[in-house]
Amino acid sequence: MPSAWANVRDDFPTLHQQVNGQPLVYLDNAATTQKPRAVLDALQDFYLHHNANVHRGLHALSMRATDAYEAARARTARFVNAADPAEIIFTRGTTESINLVAASWGGANLKPGDVILITEMEHHSNLVPWQLIAQRTGATLQYVPVAGDDAEHGLDLAALDRLLTPQVKLFAFTHVSNTLGVVNPVAELCARARQVGALTLVDAAQSIGHQPVDVHALGCDFLAFSGHKMAGPTGIGALYGRRALLDAMPPYQSGGGMISVVEYSGSKWKPAPERFEAGTPNVADAVALATSMDYLDGLGRDAIAAHDRELAAYAYAALAELPGIRILGPRAGGPRGGLVSFALREVHAHDVVTFADQDGIALRGGHHCNQPLMKKLGLPSTVRASFYVYNTRDEVDRLVVSLRRIAKFFGGA
Amino acid sequence: MSDLTDLYQQVILDHNRRPRNRGRLPTANRVAHGDNPTCGDQCSVYLRLEGDKIADISFDGSGCAISQASASLMTTRLKGKTAAEAEALFKDFHHIVTTGEAPEEISDVAAFAGVHAFPARIKCATLGWHAALNALHSDPTPATTE
Repeated sequence: MPSAWANVRDDFPTLHQQVNGQPLVYLDNAATTQKPRAVLDALQDFYLHHNANVHRGLHALSMRATDAYEAARARTARFVNAADPAEIIFTRGTTESINLVAASWGGANLKPGDVILITEMEHHSNLVPWQLIAQRTGATLQYVPVAGDDAEHGLDLAALDRLLTPQVKLFAFTHVSNTLGVVNPVAELCARARQVGALTLVDAAQSIGHQPVDVHALGCDFLAFSGHKMAGPTGIGALYGRRALLDAMPPYQSGGGMISVVEYSGSKWKPAPERFEAGTPNVADAVALATSMDYLDGLGRDAIAAHDRELAAYAYAALAELPGIRILGPRAGGPRGGLVSFALREVHAHDVVTFADQDGIALRGGHHCNQPLMKKLGLPSTVRASFYVYNTRDEVDRLVVSLRRIAKFFGGA
Repeated sequence: MSDLTDLYQQVILDHNRRPRNRGRLPTANRVAHGDNPTCGDQCSVYLRLEGDKIADISFDGSGCAISQASASLMTTRLKGKTAAEAEALFKDFHHIVTTGEAPEEISDVAAFAGVHAFPARIKCATLGWHAALNALHSDPTPATTE
């Protein structure tokens, strides 16, 4: 193991606290991740030494702030292997990035007869914006089904082939499902979409911090992600878009910063990325986000992927032995990312999460912003344990002990 | 775990394992559904109102132990009461779960006082009661024939 891993838990100050008298076991990383000291320091350092508004100032501090912000943009482009920093638009996160494409690209390009294709496993943020733009433009929304009673087979690729007709203008799908944990074959899906002339948008919220993400290798047209799920701050994320697409898209939000000329009679827009960054950007968090990228690359994203997947496999094997448990998503050996969602027959997810909290364990219970999927799978809610660089096998062991005790308390088993 | 076992006291576990008055009421003339979309708890309440008295009551649904036990308990408290008494009982229950102040007499309802320490769960505890009040205020429905 590279030395950066040896003390990884020490890098994250938030982990070192007690919850209900127990050491915190933070297993809710799919909701948000903890931040390393380096990211927190970068955030404070910006405000302490380099804070000024960007782009329009001519004084020293403003030029430093602008350099830092644009360096963060370039760093983000390198992080996803985009050719050009102008292909990176900073947003508040995945949800805003997807809304931007739906409203701007979708609003300008979709018409009755067109199809937007998504999947049954999409998070609400990659579902609802498409419902809305379909309603507004008269386009049709269709879903690639998931296969298996527990969606253990992932996307139904045969159905995908039937659904990918020339009417499909955009295929938007998740890289890693935040509920099922399945890792979708992105490059293959993008290739199939290209064959019918459809554009692709990848929701990388759950993948970006957990493995290398290379927009060229994946072959996607748009990619959306959030900083707070990759050891970065909340309130910042990015949209990658191919330059030619972005330059043809009308503005999303408008105002200062994205215009080139404003007259009372009308205004002209700047090119991307500025066209899509109206108002003062979230400068400090963009700078801190760049630090999180450096931190993760210091650990090595292949190593992170291996760590998370190994932990999820370990958890899957241990959970599968609990009586009355139903685990969603890929079976052992399948393409699973760093999370496991499950339901205990005798105990509702809320009760599991409340009890686990008493043991200092942070889990998430509910529908995980996948209401239609949960309904299809016949589950009112599930419990999710999601892992990151600082989680350990010992923590998984503590989770299993807690779950056994919970099952016993409720079921008398 | 003792705070939690307070909350999930035997009463709650008991009502969760052996719910009272569970199932549809064929003679119901008032029905209402409640749900917490954020968590997936669901509750349907069936009333037979005769005059202003709740002659019979049942519930059905799915959800966490607190929501189901609370609904079960609610049906035992409301059976035979007038609409006005039901409203008063709900106010008492709401007070108990939001403040933790339980009445001095030992009662099943007092077991829910512990909910107040877990604010995220208060909606679970009140779901069935809200559905019952909605049923009281709702339009008459024909008795089901299923």
